[in-house]
Amino acid sequence: MTTQEWQIVWFTAWVSALSTLVILPPGLAVAWLLARRDWPGKSIVETLVALPLVMPPVATGLILLKILGRRGVVGGFFHDRLHMDIIFTWRAVLVALGVMSFPLLVRSTQWAFEQVNPRFEQIARTLGASDGRVFFTITLPLALRGIIGGVLLAFARALGEFGATIMVAGYIPGKTATLSLSIYQSVQLGEDTTAYRLLGVSVALAFGAVWGSGWFMRRQRS
Amino acid sequence: MHITRLLKIAPVLALVCAGVTVHAATITVFAAASLTDALGEIARNYQGETGNKIEFNFAGSSVLERQIEEGAPADIFFSADEARMDALEEKGLVVGKTRRSRLSNSLVIVVAKDSLLSIQSPKDLAADGIGHIALADPQTVPAGIYAREYLGKIHLWEKIAPKVVPMANVRAALAAVESGDAEAGIVYKTDAAISKKTRVAYEVPRQDGPRIRYPMAVMKEAREQKAALAFLEYLDSDAAGRLFARFGFIVDNLAP
Repeated sequence: MTTQEWQIVWFTAWVSALSTLVILPPGLAVAWLLARRDWPGKSIVETLVALPLVMPPVATGLILLKILGRRGVVGGFFHDRLHMDIIFTWRAVLVALGVMSFPLLVRSTQWAFEQVNPRFEQIARTLGASDGRVFFTITLPLALRGIIGGVLLAFARALGEFGATIMVAGYIPGKTATLSLSIYQSVQLGEDTTAYRLLGVSVALAFGAVWGSGWFMRRQRS
Repeated sequence: MHITRLLKIAPVLALVCAGVTVHAATITVFAAASLTDALGEIARNYQGETGNKIEFNFAGSSVLERQIEEGAPADIFFSADEARMDALEEKGLVVGKTRRSRLSNSLVIVVAKDSLLSIQSPKDLAADGIGHIALADPQTVPAGIYAREYLGKIHLWEKIAPKVVPMANVRAALAAVESGDAEAGIVYKTDAAISKKTRVAYEVPRQDGPRIRYPMAVMKEAREQKAALAFLEYLDSDAAGRLFARFGFIVDNLAP
């Protein structure tokens, strides 16, 4: 592995980790609301949240491109007011990874919350605990393993994202080049050995993340 | 009376029938993205005249080269530089004697139509107001390689390289300027000509720019060798040449 290849691996790993961290609070909130509360429009929200899971990633990327571009609603605001560009920078990678792995995080943590026996929460409430206290002292600790499993799954999804990323961030060596973009580029360039080395790293990372996720989720169930 | 009349038109009838039963070929052309509009129109004309169907795969020439190497079913390859064609020829994938080129192009610097940037010379690309410069990938795609070659020649590449956003092909580079996400881009003059959302800020004089050539050839593994060669000859004709010229391409030895 060359230093440039390590740089690609390192960049992919930290931007995936950061995106997972950023979507964690809203992800947990949505998951908990879906698992524990009934409200009008719930099924609509549940469907919307799942969309990036089944939509063509490139289509999701196009939506993001239009919103985050300099002429877009969000991108325009960032450019004019904060003098900050999103498209073609690492920020675009961050957003693409976050959006694409959000559904997986919500789905798996929702499942983790549903595994927690609501009786424990009711008992705590009858003993006078507030909703917040019930959540942080009962629900969250009991669902923790499932949540960690979900976080790892979302992280793994982020590691491999391609379609949305190429739309919003492009392939810029040293700036937006993630593992999957670099593999594609190496194949285009005919640099097959680089592609194979990066492929090896992807397999190892994905295996580790999915295996770890399964390990935690199995422990959630028992 | 009736029979003699029938005999008179018999050869005509036979010809018409033969014409109907003649096998209409489908020719697959792998062509550089910059040729998209011109080739589309030429193919429409050709289809109308001959009944043969032309199918296209437009992309950066480097992508196409790789696809053909991997066995993609191309009858004709129309590259935006000689190097991609050379690479295929070295691998024995080209019917060498069919290779020819009479098309050329030139480079321009484009900015968004509503851009306030003023670019008097390529040196202005180094200004602070320009954060992203969209090019076709300067490592692989001809339009990008030409642009890098040009910027290198005028000693600007080192300065500009950190701002370069490499795109998959020249049309993608143009689109990045149209959307405003890249402040400037370097594309072919012909791409700029079809874009309604960009304007040419600087035209690279032909003598300063790199030698841009578009070679085309029939592929050895073409399924429709004969039909492909016929279409290739049509592309090489003055009729097609005039159409290419109308799109802004430079055509060698074009009879007026």
